[in-house]
Amino acid sequence: MSITIKYFASLRELLGRSEENLELGAGNITVAELWEQVAGKQKTRPKNVLTAINMEYVKADARVKDGDEVAFFPPVTGG
Amino acid sequence: MKVEIRKEPFSPCREVESYQSLMQKAGHYGAMASFVGTMRDFNEGAEIREMMLEHYPGMTEKHLESICRAAAAKWELLDVLVLHRVGHIHSGDPIVLVAVWSAHRAAAFDACRFIMEDLKSRAPFWKQETLVAGKRWVTRNMPG
Repeated sequence: MSITIKYFASLRELLGRSEENLELGAGNITVAELWEQVAGKQKTRPKNVLTAINMEYVKADARVKDGDEVAFFPPVTGG
Repeated sequence: MKVEIRKEPFSPCREVESYQSLMQKAGHYGAMASFVGTMRDFNEGAEIREMMLEHYPGMTEKHLESICRAAAAKWELLDVLVLHRVGHIHSGDPIVLVAVWSAHRAAAFDACRFIMEDLKSRAPFWKQETLVAGKRWVTRNMPG
């Protein structure tokens, strides 16, 4: 399956990229597992990382499917 | 209802006035409550020179629209305007404007606060401050 991943703010700087397309084997992967795959073992998932799938907030155990846009970002600080 | 993300500075008073005249609901509303958030030149003990405000194009707008719809389901509102800056911001610049129109004041006051609090805690925006000593990401909001 093919997915797009976006990173914002401090997480973009941590990983050194803002967006990437990923081809994954068919199967059941959660967003927490996806983080481990994209960040590598040296970068543990920072506390309070927020995740969205297709621009809706999801929990760490949400599953990714073909065509999804997944986003990882730190706590929000607007307003 | 209108939600807009803007890169250029804006005047909250002028925005409210022009939106209100376009609404063509004069006579229907008896109350308008608004909130304007402005950039300070200090935060967490440091002097701030300027700030970069980042958002998630698409999700930010979608999220703000859903907050406005939730407020409209909870209170009897006639209209809502939410305007938020992104990009380079200087101290004294307005960052956010929330304006709510309703027949009576309670709905306008309460919905304005509700929208603003949800925006602060859930809408995808991130601030990076430029200090004398360099840049830093803001990691938390001040309690309301």
